[in-house]
Amino acid sequence: MISKLSHVSFFVLDLHSARDFYVNKLGFEVKMDIPVGEKGLWLTVAPKGQDIEITLIPVDNEMMFKKDTSEKLAELIKARAFGFGVFECADVYATYEELKNKGVEFIKAPKEGGGIPEAIIRDDSGNFFGLCQAK
Amino acid sequence: MNTENYPKIYLYKRIVEAKLFIDKHYADNIDIDAIAREACFSKFHFLRLFRQIYQVTPHKYLTMLRLQKAKELLQSGASVTETCGILGFESMSSFNKLFKRHIKLAPSVYATRRRDQRSDMKKHPLNYVPLCFVDYMGWDK
Repeated sequence: MISKLSHVSFFVLDLHSARDFYVNKLGFEVKMDIPVGEKGLWLTVAPKGQDIEITLIPVDNEMMFKKDTSEKLAELIKARAFGFGVFECADVYATYEELKNKGVEFIKAPKEGGGIPEAIIRDDSGNFFGLCQAK
Repeated sequence: MNTENYPKIYLYKRIVEAKLFIDKHYADNIDIDAIAREACFSKFHFLRLFRQIYQVTPHKYLTMLRLQKAKELLQSGASVTETCGILGFESMSSFNKLFKRHIKLAPSVYATRRRDQRSDMKKHPLNYVPLCFVDYMGWDK
């Protein structure tokens, strides 16, 4: 019986920039940072205290994708076609203020009224995520 | 100053600024009371709002932040003495005591274990990567 999800992957345009975004802007912690072989890097991050590791996968990964697949993926990311989920926080308004202060791009600011307040952010690659308040 | 009637967004900005100040100056001798005064809150109101927003008191947040930084420094190879100095703890014994209380290990033991793990990761990186990724990335070839 499956008991939990342990890893989930986000495709990113640039691994180092993505690391800076998730760690220094969103405040995630690095779970794994292991060089593999000559060029590989196994990099996973997660919100502090969360078990599920987010694997940051650069789309220019030669080992993983063929050149044309890599280019198509990069195009789709640049076209802002991907959204990977919803992040939760204790207070969406305070988190909005903090992340805005750190230069995170918001597609939508949280608004009061009409259910659970939720904002929408983009990561440095262009992937979008919901940001909502814990119920 | 009575801040109870200020617009919510203004209060959020002040609390977030105070939190970002702690994020930046965690290694200095931070006086939480002074931060509350600087943010134009009464101490009680500041503590209440901070806790409401971040689910911890400013003191606890500062402690958690310093311990997180201590873990990062120890993992990166800094000695216990260096870590204690960089993070501005009053003494080695207060650092040791706090670290042990929260992390359940002495800083030196934590550093050794992390160093050993890093060394093993370098020698056998694929032991730490799920097989599906190893396979997909072609790292086993």
